[in-house]
Amino acid sequence: MTFINYAAREINCKIVYYGPGLCGKTTNLQYIYDRTNPSAKGKLISLATETDRTLFFDFLPLDLGTVRGFKTRFHLYTVPGQVFYDASRKLILKGVDGVVFVADSQDARMDANVESLQNLEKNLKEHGFDLTTIPYVLQLNKRDLPTALPADELYRQLNYKGEPTFEATAPTGVGVFDTLKAVAKQVLMELRKK
Amino acid sequence: MSDFVLFDEEFQQIKEVIGRLKMDAQAKVVFIVDKNGQQIAAQGDLESLDTTSLASLTAGNVAATDGLAKLIGEKEFPVLFHEGERDNVYISIVGQRVILVVIFDERSSLGLVRLRVRKATQDLERIFDAIQKKVEEEKERRHEGIDSPFAEITDDDIDSLFRE
Repeated sequence: MTFINYAAREINCKIVYYGPGLCGKTTNLQYIYDRTNPSAKGKLISLATETDRTLFFDFLPLDLGTVRGFKTRFHLYTVPGQVFYDASRKLILKGVDGVVFVADSQDARMDANVESLQNLEKNLKEHGFDLTTIPYVLQLNKRDLPTALPADELYRQLNYKGEPTFEATAPTGVGVFDTLKAVAKQVLMELRKK
Repeated sequence: MSDFVLFDEEFQQIKEVIGRLKMDAQAKVVFIVDKNGQQIAAQGDLESLDTTSLASLTAGNVAATDGLAKLIGEKEFPVLFHEGERDNVYISIVGQRVILVVIFDERSSLGLVRLRVRKATQDLERIFDAIQKKVEEEKERRHEGIDSPFAEITDDDIDSLFRE
């Protein structure tokens, strides 16, 4: 749910990074945070456990610049990927404008990817959203690992509706900004329709 | 789900109400956040505060507490109160849609804040009802062919946001 503030001339949008545990959602945000000009970002907040697993969410506010006289602000969130945090995951999807699904390319994580994607579909539905219509991007992460499956095989299994798909290695930033850009673009395009 | 739109007229009214609440309740900071974590308006000593983070964490807090309420069969917990050594935070839900946050210290008291919040909540509910009505009217007008300011966003506009 985009928040259009005519008083402050701002558009605020919410993007959620979804995916199975340890797929690299937080790493995506960390890289964006590290590489963004300090004037364009707020604090990166991580509600994590002592072992650095996401407990509730990570949050990063970003100012992308001005479109048609309106400042565009994106609020990036991650969900906790571990299966048993489903109640928290559901809460974070509230009012979402765009979703990035971060898939773990490793063969051993394929079932977790599929399960998480189904979980996303279900949780979106509970908030009245539909994965077939919401702005959505697929990221195939961990492409640098020797255990990574071929990208076309992952695409075949995980691509949902022909959404833009990017290969990524989040710690070094490969594909990270391309993913963000693709989802932000779709979200802004949605505004045009409204 | 419809977007949340804030117009200048109502923004000024909201600021007035929370400014008055800040004075009446002798609070340090009063702010309003929507349930998705977007800050709507704030009054008080904001310089030392990261209001964007505060807004997002408040909404997360309320969302988690709402989840808890539902689990035990309650509709919601309309008030949350956090007591610190110096500062306290009083959080309440306005019109089931937005969150009102009051930060206060020993110069005020929970009783006073609670009392003043009750009055301000009524005023805020009226304003948010008016916003809702206005958004719906605006939507109808658009169906009659009035363009939204974003109707003409181009690919170039969007690409320019990402140029290094």
